[in-house]
Amino acid sequence: MPKLKYALYTGCTAKESTPELLSSTLAVAKKLDIELVDLVEASCCGASHLQDFDEVLSLTLNARNICYAEQRGLDVITICNTCQLNLVTTKERLDHDPEMRAKVNEALAEFGLEYKGTSQVRHFLYALIDDYGLDRLREQVTQPLKSHNIAPFYGCHNIRPSHLHHKHNAPQPELEVSEGGGEVSYESEEFLGKYNHHENPYAPTSLDELIKALEGNTVDYESKNKCCGFHVDLQAPETSNALSGTALLDAIDNNADLMVTPCPLCQLNMDLKQDSAGKQLGRDIELPVLHMPQMVALALGCKPEEIGLNHNVTKATHLMYEM
Amino acid sequence: MSMSTQTKNITIKAFRFNAETDYLPTYKTYEMAVGKDELILDLLNRIKWEHDGSFSYRRSCRHGICGACGIKVNGKPVLSCKQNAQDMIDLFGDELVFEPQSQKRAVKDMIIDKGDFWEKHAAIKPYVEADVDPHPTTETLMSKTKVEQFLDADYCIQCGGCHYACPTLEVNDKFFGPAAFAAAYRFAIDPRDDAAKERLEMTAELGQGVWDCVKCNECVEACPKEVNPFEKITKLHNMQFEQGVAERNVATKHAEGFTRSIKKFGYLDEQDIVLYSEGLGVVKHLSEALKMVKAGKVHPFDVMKKKMPRSEKLDEIQTIIEKVQTSKLD
Repeated sequence: MPKLKYALYTGCTAKESTPELLSSTLAVAKKLDIELVDLVEASCCGASHLQDFDEVLSLTLNARNICYAEQRGLDVITICNTCQLNLVTTKERLDHDPEMRAKVNEALAEFGLEYKGTSQVRHFLYALIDDYGLDRLREQVTQPLKSHNIAPFYGCHNIRPSHLHHKHNAPQPELEVSEGGGEVSYESEEFLGKYNHHENPYAPTSLDELIKALEGNTVDYESKNKCCGFHVDLQAPETSNALSGTALLDAIDNNADLMVTPCPLCQLNMDLKQDSAGKQLGRDIELPVLHMPQMVALALGCKPEEIGLNHNVTKATHLMYEM
Repeated sequence: MSMSTQTKNITIKAFRFNAETDYLPTYKTYEMAVGKDELILDLLNRIKWEHDGSFSYRRSCRHGICGACGIKVNGKPVLSCKQNAQDMIDLFGDELVFEPQSQKRAVKDMIIDKGDFWEKHAAIKPYVEADVDPHPTTETLMSKTKVEQFLDADYCIQCGGCHYACPTLEVNDKFFGPAAFAAAYRFAIDPRDDAAKERLEMTAELGQGVWDCVKCNECVEACPKEVNPFEKITKLHNMQFEQGVAERNVATKHAEGFTRSIKKFGYLDEQDIVLYSEGLGVVKHLSEALKMVKAGKVHPFDVMKKKMPRSEKLDEIQTIIEKVQTSKLD
């Protein structure tokens, strides 16, 4: 198998308030011999808010982000669900709206850039599962997570809307050759949505499978595919607290001792706001929330400073003790 | 292909509840063989006709247009008369769970009280408001581009699928919800409509308006008519800025504030965006800010912003913002 190589779109959070996400991502990549090339020219994706203010600006900045991966001839890996959705929303728009694509490319031409649509954009979670493979990952585990009940929290923007997920996060379906010799058309989104069951947004499985591959026990609970409320935390903290608190309590009531999520925005909201959510809901909430790469790095026996548990607000003291 | 390979044996667990007599709901189990062309509505009918005549659900047109027969199957909102049953078995396995769209609004079995949905739908005035000449001498024509701006929003059949899938509505009774927003957009963008400003103001208000949307995309997933309410919510946001309706508040400053940071660093300055959006309100984040400092997540004394990441070729980003940005927040 050839060495895996991707352009890494870190997003802002991994380089600011969740440094543990970036260090654990790089540590996992190093252990698994995956090459990640930092897209150093990239800008913020707008975090689903810039598009509310100025849609064309959001599309242009994200097209530019993708351009730098295209220039390097690499597919993009994201480590944040919201970055993932913002980049693929841009891709989808520019791939299907020639007028908008021309407008965006006109703005980019000044710097010798052109959005071509040649790079795929996927979340690291799915690259690990589909490109690296869970069987291979299983062989690399040195610190099995056997003693832990881990609640997977999927985060909205990786799994919804499912037609975008199926098209961009999932491996592309192999084309079948129909009887007449022509290829069966896989063009329509409806077709992909119906036949590519990579991740059902109402019963997702990818994180569960990842936890199992690392020999952890998965916690099955209703809130695993629900919203954490991060995006309204400034203007409607009660909404945000109610959603994140409910999900955390659901995991706790189902015997979780850890939660894991592929999205740093979910992670921040769920990790940082346990006191205020608990206060609002009238129950104590204490559950360490790991980033997906932190969990993988733990099982692969990466160094404590790479895993960065000291940066988690709700301390996973039992894990720190084990290490 | 023989019949046996085309039918699938499944167990249906159906939510049973009568608000007049029951304290708590129960789930009743029904076994049946499901043919490949059967719809969820056929299975509802078979529960009633073959097992229990008291089983209650709404149905009417059977053509995916009246919006009466929406329920949830294993948590997924579906329009019963449009949803193939074997597709659901493919997705969820051989145990299907039938539940009403909203359990707390259950009246009898699958039937819910949709009063809140209709109230909110009515509040945004789901009709064109215009002084129309009752005796026109010529036709009022609309260009294809204009029609295409609201055509998909017009496909909404008020089934309530998105409304009762929305997590914001679950915790905030004032929130209009995705279906009402899609309708508000549909009429606000209609060139004949005179009430666009009123609709934009109504949907700009904090608490009830689009700024309380959590961006979870549950509504996009729920819609059986591909209305994509979330996309319409984004358009309402854009129109608020374009038409000068957006007032300076924590939410609008948050959306606009991204350009401030991106211009300076390429990245979002996470500390600055909270300070800028909240103004004096920032004090309420104090206890969380302290926790972040303690965990080494933020650096309050980094006044020179040495710890902020910076994009390479920042000048390109700045030029793009300068040339492309059209929206403003006054």
